[in-house]
Amino acid sequence: MASLPADTEIVAALRAGDEAMFAALVDAWSRNLLWLARSYVSTDASAQEVLQDTWLGVLHGLGGFQGRSSFKTWVYRILINTAKRRGVRESRTVPWSSIDGGEPAVDPGRFRLGHWREPPAAWPSAEGEALVREAGEQLARALATLPPRQRAVIVLRDAEGYSADEVCELLGITAVNQRVLLHRARAALRNRVERYFVTMAGRP
Amino acid sequence: MRCAEFVELVTAYLDGALDERSHARFERHLRRCEGCERYLEQLRAVGPAVGALPPQPLPGEDRDRLLAVFRDWHEA
Ligand SMILES: [Zn+2]
Repeated sequence: MASLPADTEIVAALRAGDEAMFAALVDAWSRNLLWLARSYVSTDASAQEVLQDTWLGVLHGLGGFQGRSSFKTWVYRILINTAKRRGVRESRTVPWSSIDGGEPAVDPGRFRLGHWREPPAAWPSAEGEALVREAGEQLARALATLPPRQRAVIVLRDAEGYSADEVCELLGITAVNQRVLLHRARAALRNRVERYFVTMAGRP
Repeated sequence: MRCAEFVELVTAYLDGALDERSHARFERHLRRCEGCERYLEQLRAVGPAVGALPPQPLPGEDRDRLLAVFRDWHEA
């Protein structure tokens, strides 16, 4: 990922009308912003509109950026507020707490009397970057099809590097909800990678 | 602790969110169970892998629309 300059430089460039800087932000951040928006609204098209309104809000609000948080976090906050307003308009106000507790991380059929029938097989690589080389496409596809709220949390935690406390604060959810969503998300991605490696191993 | 319970606690364990007693039970099981040790390793690898995925660009027309928003804002 091409690295972006310091926040003060970014903001100065935007105010000066530097379109290349704006394009770099759009390219680096839009996917994750869209996914977060999608956890508040009901369609991809709505999320796209939230993204556009967010960037508009960011540009008009640039003068108000005080540097108390990172610029990216400031953008995320504007996105969340924009998406919430839109979600309310769509009357899509399912509370974040009423979701997704049920599914187990591992198919219950894998256990007998609570213990592994057959323990998980070793992977060719179980280290972040090597895993992306081996199964990046599977991971990306699994991420794209996660339930939106699980995806929002795993993206903020694992892709953006926010702490559990920061994610709870940003999204206004409890520590327990945050953890359940993150666990479901990671478990689903792990299951996808496992299925892929099993399939590959079965090939002559 | 059973394996089926262990696999549900991995994220809480990695975040240091287990209470003292559960933490001790979790680690006791971990020392004895290779299957769960492997599960933990694999689940722990998912986070950094998600972080290492390349950013996905927007479709061209959505990107163009945003750049037009920027130009309009700057010219206004
Ligand atoms: Zn076990």
